[in-house]
Amino acid sequence: MSAVRRIREARAGWAMSSPALAAIALFFVFPAIASLFLSFTDFDIYALANLDNLRFVGFQNYARLIENPLFWKAMTNTLLFVAVGTPFIVALSLFAAMLVNSRWLKWRPLWRVALFAPYVTTLVATAVVWRYLLHTRYGLVNYLLSLIGIPPIDWLGSPNASLPAILIFVGWKTFGYNMIIFLAALQTVPRELDEAARIDGAGWWTRLRHVTLPAIAPTALLVSVLTVAGMFQLFAEPYVMTQGGPAQSTVTILYFMYEEGFKWWNLGSGAAVAFLLFLCILAVTLVQLRLARRGGAI
Amino acid sequence: MSARHWTVTLLAALVALLTIAPLLWMLSVSFMAPGEAAQFPPPLLPADPSLANYRTLFSTFGIGRFLANSILVSTLATILALIFTIPAGYAFAKLRFTGRDATFRLLVAALVVPGQIGMLPLFLELKAMGLVNSYAGALVPWLAGIFGIFLVRQYCLSIPDEMLEAARIDGASEGQILRRIVLPILAPIIVTLALFVFLGSWNDFMWPLIILADQQLYTLPVALAAMSREHVQDNELMMAGAVVTTLPVLILFLALQRFYLTGLLTGSVKG
Repeated sequence: MSAVRRIREARAGWAMSSPALAAIALFFVFPAIASLFLSFTDFDIYALANLDNLRFVGFQNYARLIENPLFWKAMTNTLLFVAVGTPFIVALSLFAAMLVNSRWLKWRPLWRVALFAPYVTTLVATAVVWRYLLHTRYGLVNYLLSLIGIPPIDWLGSPNASLPAILIFVGWKTFGYNMIIFLAALQTVPRELDEAARIDGAGWWTRLRHVTLPAIAPTALLVSVLTVAGMFQLFAEPYVMTQGGPAQSTVTILYFMYEEGFKWWNLGSGAAVAFLLFLCILAVTLVQLRLARRGGAI
Repeated sequence: MSARHWTVTLLAALVALLTIAPLLWMLSVSFMAPGEAAQFPPPLLPADPSLANYRTLFSTFGIGRFLANSILVSTLATILALIFTIPAGYAFAKLRFTGRDATFRLLVAALVVPGQIGMLPLFLELKAMGLVNSYAGALVPWLAGIFGIFLVRQYCLSIPDEMLEAARIDGASEGQILRRIVLPILAPIIVTLALFVFLGSWNDFMWPLIILADQQLYTLPVALAAMSREHVQDNELMMAGAVVTTLPVLILFLALQRFYLTGLLTGSVKG
C-alpha cells in the first residue's frame, strides 16, 4: 500500500469524524467540565444579566447545600428510589423475560412487543395517564384493589405512598427494555442444562438459582447498572405526577437541580448539585462492579 | 397444545393485557364526554364515543402547533444526527488515522456520563450563542450522540476490508467509498439509528423544557406537561392530549420494531 493512499485515508478519517467530535467537545465535554468550574462560582440571576457580578466562591455552594434540608431530602429520596426501585425493576424484568422465554409459550413475538410497548411511549404522556390511574377515588388501580378488599390508597397525596406510586409507574415504563436484554442472555442458557436439572428433580426455584442466574449474572449486572443510572435521573416523573410533593417526598436530585438552576436561577449551586449527582452515579456503579467482580460475575 | 402450553400462554396474555391496559384505557377515555371518567367504579368504555376532546385540543388549545413543532424538531434532530454520526462511526471502524483508538476509548468512557451533568453550563453556552428559546437550541444535544457513533462503528466492523481496498485500487475516493459502498450496506442500522433519535427527541422532556421558553416553540411533551398542571380535573381532555403525544411514536415503533429491537441489543451488549 502506497504512502499517498495511507495519508489520504488518514485525512478522510479525520474529515469524517471531526464534525461529530467537534459537536461532542462543544456540547457535551465542555459543558460537563464547565459544570465543575461553575459550581465554584456564585452564578445567579445577577450574573446572568451582567457577568461582572460573577465571583469565585470556592466551596461555598457545597457548604450551603450541606446545610440545606431540601437538598438532603432530595438526596435521601433519590437513594430510596435507587435502593427500592433497582431490585424491584430488575426482578420484574427478569420475571417478564423468563415468561417470554418459556419453551411452552405460544405466539412469543406478540407478547414480547406488548410488554415492550410502554418503553417507547412518551414519558410525559404516560405519566399523565398514570396520574389518573392512581387517582384516589376514580382511579383504576384503587378500583382493582377494592375488588380484593383493599381500601383506597391516596397514592399521590400521601408522603408514604408517593414513592411506591412513582416506582410502579417507572417499573411499568421501563421493564420491557431490561426484559429484551435479559431475553438475549436467557437464549444463550443451554436448554439441556435446565432439562437435566429438572430430570434430577430440581424445582423451579433451585433451577433459577443454580442454573439460570449464574448463566445470566453479567447481564443482571448490566441491567442493574443501567437501572441505577435511570433511578438517579428521575425528573419528568415527579415533575408531572407530584411536582415533588406531597411534603417534598418525591423531590429527586435532578428535580432539585432543575429548581435551583432554572426556577431560582442559582446556576452555581445547581452545578454543584449536578457534580454531586455525577459522583453518586460513579460511586454506586464502581461499587456494583466491585461486588460483581468479587462474586465472580465478570 | 398441552396444558402447560395453555397455562404459560394464558399467564403471558394476562401480563401483556395488564401492561397495555393503561394505554387502552387512555385511548378509551379520550373518547368520553367531559367528566364521564370521574365516577366509581371507573367506566371502561365511553357511553357515547366522540371526537369532541380532540376537536377542543386542536381548536382551543392549539395542539396542532405543538404537534408541528415536535415533528419539525424530531425530523431535524434525526437528519442532523445521521449526518454527524454515520461518517464518524465508519471512520472509527474502518479508516486508520493517528489518535483514532485513543479518541474512541475516551468516547466510550464518556458514555457513562449523563447529559444532565452539563445542562446548566450548556444553557449558558447556548445563551451566549443566542440559541436559547429556538429550535436550534433544542437540537444541539442530538448532534453530540456518542451512542450513535458507537452503534454505526459496531456495524461497520463487519464490512470486509478487501471490499474497501478493491474500491481504492479502482481509484474511488474515500468519500465515494462511503457513499456508494458503505451506505447501502449500512441501510438497516441507519433505519435503527434514525428510529432511536426520532423517538428519543420526540419523547425528550427536560432539555426542551429548559431551552424553549416561548410557548409557540413548545414540543408536545412540554405543552402537555404545562396543560396537565393547569387542567388537572379535565381527565378526558388530558387523555386525548396524551394520545396525540404518544400515538405517533407508538405507531412508528410498531411498524419498525424489528429494527428497533435488534439495535437495542447491538447497543447494550457492549459489555
